[in-house]
Amino acid sequence: MDILKKSFKKSIWVFHLSTAACNNCDIEVLELLTPRYDVERFGIKLVGSPRHADALLVCGSVNAHAKPRLLEVYRQTPKPCLVVAFGSCGCSSGIFRDSYSIVGPLDKVLKEEDPDVKIVYIPGCPPKPEAMIEGIVMGLGAI
Amino acid sequence: MKLLFYYLIFPGFIFASVIGLLTVWLDRKVSARVQWRQGPPWYQGFADIGKLLYKEVIIPEEAFGSGFIAAPLFGLASVVLAVTILCVSFFSMSEGFIGDIIVVWYLFAIPAIALIYIGSTSGNPLSSVGVSREIKLLLSYDLPMIIIIVMMASKAGSFSIQSIMDWQRINGSNISNWYGIISFAVAIFCIQAKLGRVPFDLPEAETELGSGILMELSGGVLAAYELSKAIMLFGLPMFLIILFWGKGIIGGILLYLLIMVLLILIKNTNPRVRIDHAMKYFWGWMSGAAILAGILAYFGV
Ligand code: SF4
Repeated sequence: MDILKKSFKKSIWVFHLSTAACNNCDIEVLELLTPRYDVERFGIKLVGSPRHADALLVCGSVNAHAKPRLLEVYRQTPKPCLVVAFGSCGCSSGIFRDSYSIVGPLDKVLKEEDPDVKIVYIPGCPPKPEAMIEGIVMGLGAI
Repeated sequence: MKLLFYYLIFPGFIFASVIGLLTVWLDRKVSARVQWRQGPPWYQGFADIGKLLYKEVIIPEEAFGSGFIAAPLFGLASVVLAVTILCVSFFSMSEGFIGDIIVVWYLFAIPAIALIYIGSTSGNPLSSVGVSREIKLLLSYDLPMIIIIVMMASKAGSFSIQSIMDWQRINGSNISNWYGIISFAVAIFCIQAKLGRVPFDLPEAETELGSGILMELSGGVLAAYELSKAIMLFGLPMFLIILFWGKGIIGGILLYLLIMVLLILIKNTNPRVRIDHAMKYFWGWMSGAAILAGILAYFGV
């Protein structure tokens, strides 16, 4: 079992989910796949289906429209899984906090669904690629 | 006892998985280097499988539970059997039997059929689009490949792996003739499609179907599928080596690397084709080329 647990840290498949972000964070995520930052070195890759995912990368302040979708995707992801709250919006709803449509922040919404969800916070508007890599590595240390 | 050893350890399950997963790494590493990236470490394939085994398996409500778990295991078992038959003949550990080349080619089709079963019972609309594409792809690449297999077998005078290899040992490798070169090119594209790699990754289509036919697989079920795909990445080039080269371990390894390089370059330089293009391509150009090779083979050039 130990070796399986260790291999979990060496192979993180990420599903990227946007819950009402301003789209800038979504663009920044792609930077991780470029030759300069190449996260495949650490076994991280983007996958197309939440069923394959080990980490949900959630960008954006959660609004009323996105909340049921977010919870649906979270329920579809096989556990154990890590949730990455990405950008200021993901951490705290950011500049959209007082908007009429916002029901977030992300951690509040997810904790209603599953009290022991594991969340990593990566602040920044948008975060730098170095910050993203560090955040994910620290999150793996905490598992 | 001996058969069980062949099947489970060498050259069966353990040997083929290790080589297959290393080949998966080679594939990802070379692709990364082509794109000027660093690429994953050598144990990446093993880590992926270990990780998937660690995770929970979710079975969709619509799916028929035990079938959903058993189908990829069937696929895995049949691929291992195919690789065992191939390698046992290649390393001259046994005689083989008449018709084994056909048996091996259809054993390699079972993972695809298992996937079709899973995809169509999983109740996911994107999966069913993937299923229809997988069926069409299966039908289209089979035709040129069967023409080639029949051609090589009729050259050798028998449908057995051993006699195809013996014939080449006496008369020179198939690939040293014109008909061999043409049919080798056709066969490379056929196994590219059989492995479901770009440009023929239509059933999975990461970006448009969100991994389509694989969409509902998770945890151990996905691990069984990934492992059978890795073993196929070892087994199908092996199949070509037997058809076209036939002798010698050193030459076999070199040809294996050449085939891998070709597969990786095709993967990295092509966009995904549409399903009607793929069918037209295989039933038109590729089958035409295979028939041309057959005519050349009849005249012995
Ligand atoms: S954190 Fe900043 S960049 Fe990211 S979605 Fe929010 S506002 Fe946009």
